Amino acid sequence: MATRGGHPGRTLIIFGLVVAALYGLMAISNNWTPKLGLDLQGGTTITLTAQNTDGTGQIDPNSLELARTIIQSRVDSLGVGETEVTTSGDRQIIVSVPNVQQDELVRLVGQTAVLRFRAVYAVEAVTPPPTATPSADPSGSAAPTTAPSGEASANPAPSASPSGDRRPAPQLPTAPPAPTTPRPTAPGQGTPPDKAIEWQPSEADQADFASFTCDQAGSFPDVADQPLIACDREQTEKYLLGPTLIEGTDLTTASAGVPQNQVQWVVNLEFNSDGAAAFESATGTLATRQPPENQFAIVLDSEVISAPSVSAAIPGGRAEISGNFNQQSATELANILKYGALPLAFEVSEVSNVSATLGGEQLRAGIIAGIIGLALVVGFCFLYYRGLGIVVVSSLAVAGLITYATVVLLGDSVGFALNLPGIAGMIVAIGVTADSFVIYFERIRDEVRDGRSLRTAIETGWIRARQTILIADAVSMLSAIILFILAIGSVKGFAFTLGLTTLIDVAVVFFFTKPLMTMLGRTRFFGQGHKWSGLSPDHLGVTALPGTRTRRPAPTATPATESEGI
Amino acid sequence: MSRLSQFGHKLYTGEVSYNFIGNRRRWYIVSAILIAVSILSIGIRGLDWGIEFEGGADFQVQAAVTDATVEEFTDAVNNAGVADLGEVTVTTVGNDQVRVQTRSLEPVDEVPLVRSAIAEEAGVPTEQVAYSLIGASWGGQITDRALIALGVFLLLVTLVIWAYFRNWKMSVAALIALLHDLVLTIGVYALVGFTVTPATVIGVLTILGYSLYDTVVVFDKVRENVRDLTSSTRQTYSEAANLAVNQVLVRSINTTIIGVLPVAALLFTGAFILGEGPLKDLALALFVGMISGAYSSIFIATPLLAQLKEREPEMQKLTKRVLARRAKTDARTSAAGTATPVDATPYDPPIESADDATDEPSSPDTPARPRITVTSSQPAIVNRPGRPTSEGASGRPQPQHKPRSQRKR
Repeated sequence: MATRGGHPGRTLIIFGLVVAALYGLMAISNNWTPKLGLDLQGGTTITLTAQNTDGTGQIDPNSLELARTIIQSRVDSLGVGETEVTTSGDRQIIVSVPNVQQDELVRLVGQTAVLRFRAVYAVEAVTPPPTATPSADPSGSAAPTTAPSGEASANPAPSASPSGDRRPAPQLPTAPPAPTTPRPTAPGQGTPPDKAIEWQPSEADQADFASFTCDQAGSFPDVADQPLIACDREQTEKYLLGPTLIEGTDLTTASAGVPQNQVQWVVNLEFNSDGAAAFESATGTLATRQPPENQFAIVLDSEVISAPSVSAAIPGGRAEISGNFNQQSATELANILKYGALPLAFEVSEVSNVSATLGGEQLRAGIIAGIIGLALVVGFCFLYYRGLGIVVVSSLAVAGLITYATVVLLGDSVGFALNLPGIAGMIVAIGVTADSFVIYFERIRDEVRDGRSLRTAIETGWIRARQTILIADAVSMLSAIILFILAIGSVKGFAFTLGLTTLIDVAVVFFFTKPLMTMLGRTRFFGQGHKWSGLSPDHLGVTALPGTRTRRPAPTATPATESEGI
Repeated sequence: MSRLSQFGHKLYTGEVSYNFIGNRRRWYIVSAILIAVSILSIGIRGLDWGIEFEGGADFQVQAAVTDATVEEFTDAVNNAGVADLGEVTVTTVGNDQVRVQTRSLEPVDEVPLVRSAIAEEAGVPTEQVAYSLIGASWGGQITDRALIALGVFLLLVTLVIWAYFRNWKMSVAALIALLHDLVLTIGVYALVGFTVTPATVIGVLTILGYSLYDTVVVFDKVRENVRDLTSSTRQTYSEAANLAVNQVLVRSINTTIIGVLPVAALLFTGAFILGEGPLKDLALALFVGMISGAYSSIFIATPLLAQLKEREPEMQKLTKRVLARRAKTDARTSAAGTATPVDATPYDPPIESADDATDEPSSPDTPARPRITVTSSQPAIVNRPGRPTSEGASGRPQPQHKPRSQRKR
């Protein structure tokens, strides 16, 4: 009989080692707290839905991913840290920013990226903001050049290669002075693209340009048919730009590559027929002008991405921007250009904003609910199962330890954030887990009632209870999986933790509760059916425990006298 | 508690037996009334759909609540400078929270206006005003999504039931119980007047799983009890099913209590500490659904199953055989001169024993005869041939080895 339950001790030790390993992993990553969702720590979540501007229903996953990258960089420019921009489903982008309450964020994220080609009228180096690393090479004269595709670039001047580390730390908007001349904020009254090349800056434009500083970025309205004053991404130069020559949507594609027989990275552009015609005439005019007016600027979101100079008219709608690119900078520029051509518009579908106070309160409420729920279940188990309550409590404690470790580790590795519905899922799972013990204990009783000895009942009862537990958990798992697939937004967390804890429940029942029961069944207290063990004959509803051949003293043999006070 | 254990034991052996199946009309009527109330409350009160489904803006702020709060905040929001604001709903939660709901606002232009107006009224920094905003078309998408989820879930659950039971009668009974739980849960939701949010939908979908699981447990036992039913004449299908229900009763109650306790804790904290949010929405749906699921698997699903099964010619024959045998036994008992067989039987079920176990059409007209004989005198061993049955001290009837003609009863 001693071997019937296998080697419970060994199983328990191995299981304990696995749990210890989980905590070892936590120790290695030195992370002891789960990653909290924004509804628990406060923050803003914005859901954007992409729509095709050309009216077709499908959204290209690559376009969506590209848009995500651009939005990520926009959010990063706020410098709020720990932002997360993810795609969801086939047309959603979810932006999560902790502890930021700026309405600015919503504006920034929701706006459609605008890529435009404008003529350059003046370039001036500006003192970068004090936080920026002083740059040794002012790239004012080092503009990249544009050449017809396939030709070697006539002027391989180094370019203002975008390098991330030179980006200034974001600054709080410090109420910049408004441009001296009021500017129209809506298109319609300015210069249309076909006349844009003939536009010349007015006195007012020159004056505004002179007084413009780069920390005013964004304050100058970016209107298609109006001039624009903008800075480059490093905020080392400011540009006076004419009205839009070509819209980014006229660009069909852009790619980075190394032309044959060359070593330098270049960015290839391709325009559609409208864009090609406009580009040819614009480059033709620009090529005749004196520097710096022989450049055109690629402007994304009021930021000059690149300002290549032109040496000749470029026909055919294909162009190549060369300069001092490396693979990374060339790819980055190509991506930006592609994004400008994206036929995507974003609609702000959902904004959810939780203050840190409210978040803390929700977390507290979740924890309180968990504690109350746990206490109630444990209380009930002790009341009904008496000594076996220890099994319930220790199993629940182990399940809790594993769940906690898993959540922390998942937060670390895959960025799983525990939110309020997630906590609810865990609390509901307390019931699911405890139910496994009920199934098992009741089975043991049934077996004893059918005349089995206690130790046998623990084993045979397990074989039958096992099936039921697996079915119960399978149903629960099925629900969790379907819910996870179909769930909307934050309630996904509920499905996830419910599924997770169901899996943990199976592990705990098989590798902890069962061996523990076997071991307890071998002890005197439980195995002989002590009246507080929850396995007493009276408690099981039989007059005597079958198989306990020891002659037991009177109290246990006369159920009527037993503790009725519970 | 040990009394309860004893009780559980008696239920298991059949010493105490509640006649769930025989009294099915009573339970059908109870459920019919509950469902009628649910449908009425859904129809009349309607469901309070959250802004997640209809689109809208919801602002929450901490502020001391007085009698004038609602009016003050309504005025403040109306004067925030947003055109066509439409109806503004201001509610107070507890005594320190104010909630303002409006139509869906423009995130860039309109939200800051309303937000700062609320912040000013509450006397807190703008950052302290939490808000969520759902675009109108997005709300529509979420509604579609929820309906799709419900449809897919019902379909899958039906498939699982079908695959698990492999018996259309069990499937039908389980499905009806499922729909019963669904209607009841939504009805209670309408009655209580909680807002329907995505968390509610999740809760409702989860209880479909629970309800199914409850039914699986009971039907499993029924299946076990009826395995060799037709080869003997001891029990009718209804009686075997009824015994199964009685046997799993304690387990069902325990399971439900243990499942409901944490949910009750959620409901309590959700409703009284937080006031708003996913906790209470989820918890209410789960709370009602779990209780209803346990109820329906015992009081609705099993009687329905028995009813469907008793229609089969095979089962009708069995019922006839069983009754004929009982009539014979009874006749012999009367012949033996025992005037009151009930009193003479030490294993007379003390509770509800007089309930008429069979309103079956084939029931012979012997109304006065107590129907206890079979279910009560040879209960647990009926379907367990080969199990030890000889604990002299177990307090149960023992197999008698005397020929029937020599028994004195």
